[in-house]
Amino acid sequence: MSFAQLSSRQIAAAKVLLFLVCPLPLALLAWEATHDLLGANPIEAVTRALGDWTLNFLLITLTVTPLRRLTGWNWLLRLRRMLGLFTFFYACLHVTSYLWFDQFFDWQEIAADILKRPFITAGFVAFVLLVPLAATSNNFMVRRLGGRRWQALHRSVYLIAVLGVLHYAWMVKRDIALPLIYAAVVVVLLGVRALWREQERRRQLAGAYLPKRKRVIPISARS
Amino acid sequence: MSRTHSEPPPSEITPRHLFERRRDFLRLAGGMAAAGLLPAALAAEKLDTRPSPHSIAETPTRYKDITGYGNYLEFSSSKSGHVEASQAMRTRPWAVVVDGLVARPTTFAIEDILRLAPLEERIYRHRCVEGWSMVVPWAGFPLATLLRQVEPLGSAKFVEFVSHADPAIMPNVRRQLLDWPYLEGLRLDEALHPLTLLAVGLYGEVLPNPNGAPVRLVVPWKYGFKSGKSIVRIRLVERQPETVWMKAVPDEYGFYANVNPQVDHQRWSQKRERRIGEFFKRETLMFNGYADQVAGLYSGMDLRKHF
Repeated sequence: MSFAQLSSRQIAAAKVLLFLVCPLPLALLAWEATHDLLGANPIEAVTRALGDWTLNFLLITLTVTPLRRLTGWNWLLRLRRMLGLFTFFYACLHVTSYLWFDQFFDWQEIAADILKRPFITAGFVAFVLLVPLAATSNNFMVRRLGGRRWQALHRSVYLIAVLGVLHYAWMVKRDIALPLIYAAVVVVLLGVRALWREQERRRQLAGAYLPKRKRVIPISARS
Repeated sequence: MSRTHSEPPPSEITPRHLFERRRDFLRLAGGMAAAGLLPAALAAEKLDTRPSPHSIAETPTRYKDITGYGNYLEFSSSKSGHVEASQAMRTRPWAVVVDGLVARPTTFAIEDILRLAPLEERIYRHRCVEGWSMVVPWAGFPLATLLRQVEPLGSAKFVEFVSHADPAIMPNVRRQLLDWPYLEGLRLDEALHPLTLLAVGLYGEVLPNPNGAPVRLVVPWKYGFKSGKSIVRIRLVERQPETVWMKAVPDEYGFYANVNPQVDHQRWSQKRERRIGEFFKRETLMFNGYADQVAGLYSGMDLRKHF
């Protein structure tokens, strides 16, 4: 079986499969929580796990474009929206668990946390920036915004990824080995994009032939 | 229950002949263990303790949570990774060097420390700088008892506590995550305070490795990181020691580190804490609830400046 081309039925099947797989980390967490498997501080374990999975889904979402380009499996793009929305789903649960179980909706304390603690500030800004992306993820909003404006808006996901990793790294007391691994993945995922963009720009400057299907990246400042 | 006396009533002190019999038991148990007659775990576990008036009237946290959750950074950066990793640590033989500005510098074998004074059970609050807390039934005796043995000189003003650091078994020591060995310090009057405990056990049993076997410090009115684990050296000095955390992150960790809900850590608000085993958070108490006993040590000091 070749993965290069998938029929629309196969793509639909892939979407169903993905929709069933993405909630598994949450299901596992629920199972652990109800079987006393989360250790002495289950609430902390839940908040941490939800944060981990938010970052994991964010990075998986950002892997779609490079992977598609490297493999030529264009259908991967059709799964990206669902991955992005699951990122938002886990982010909402992560934030809820903080607001509820950590702060018990003490808004004054929450505001102080956001203003005073850099790791909370970074996480909060990342979450706020996710909201418009989730809100404009449907076809109607894509059409309404127009492709270019939609794409410009959704480029904020790069900033969100950087903020997400900072949120993690600044939270950790001393050992930043794991945040550094996440940072390395973000550097690679954003780096290949920058590299490809630069290559495309040079090709364009040299007046090289561009395949029709590839979008021309403007070199002038956008209006 | 009233537990405000600073001295135990005579009725609570174990009569000497009973106390002495504990040694016979230990000797017997040790001999039997050596002869292979008794499982080593059983022979080593039990400690003979007497209740202490310094105990608080709160329910101790579950044994499995006390031994399964915490920070032992030499072994692991996770809250539970140290449990398995610390099993590699051998706590016999063990010696604690007590030296520096003292008249009689002494090296105590762990067996000597266990015999130095009757063991008390002290049920203390334990508050981590990260915002969680426990109630731990420690077994030990006042650090002052040990310090008096070595006769501190008049010039001694501070006490340094050095923890065991063995790169062969401690992954984060190999990685140089901190400037090892773990070094903490107290002012001499803090070290001599009756609440300051040299702990050798918990829940009436020998201290398990994840909790800093075989001997550790417990300073209940300070954040947990002030209480060094697996102590190998205690040094009396003239100047305030630069602790391992002060060296690593000077703007986050001060020398005093008294539990104080009014002074936040950079990453964590210290107003509340999550008591392990509870759902809702509790208000953090000034000096972790020991203000009556210790506030006097800091009168006139700006605790915001001396955090």
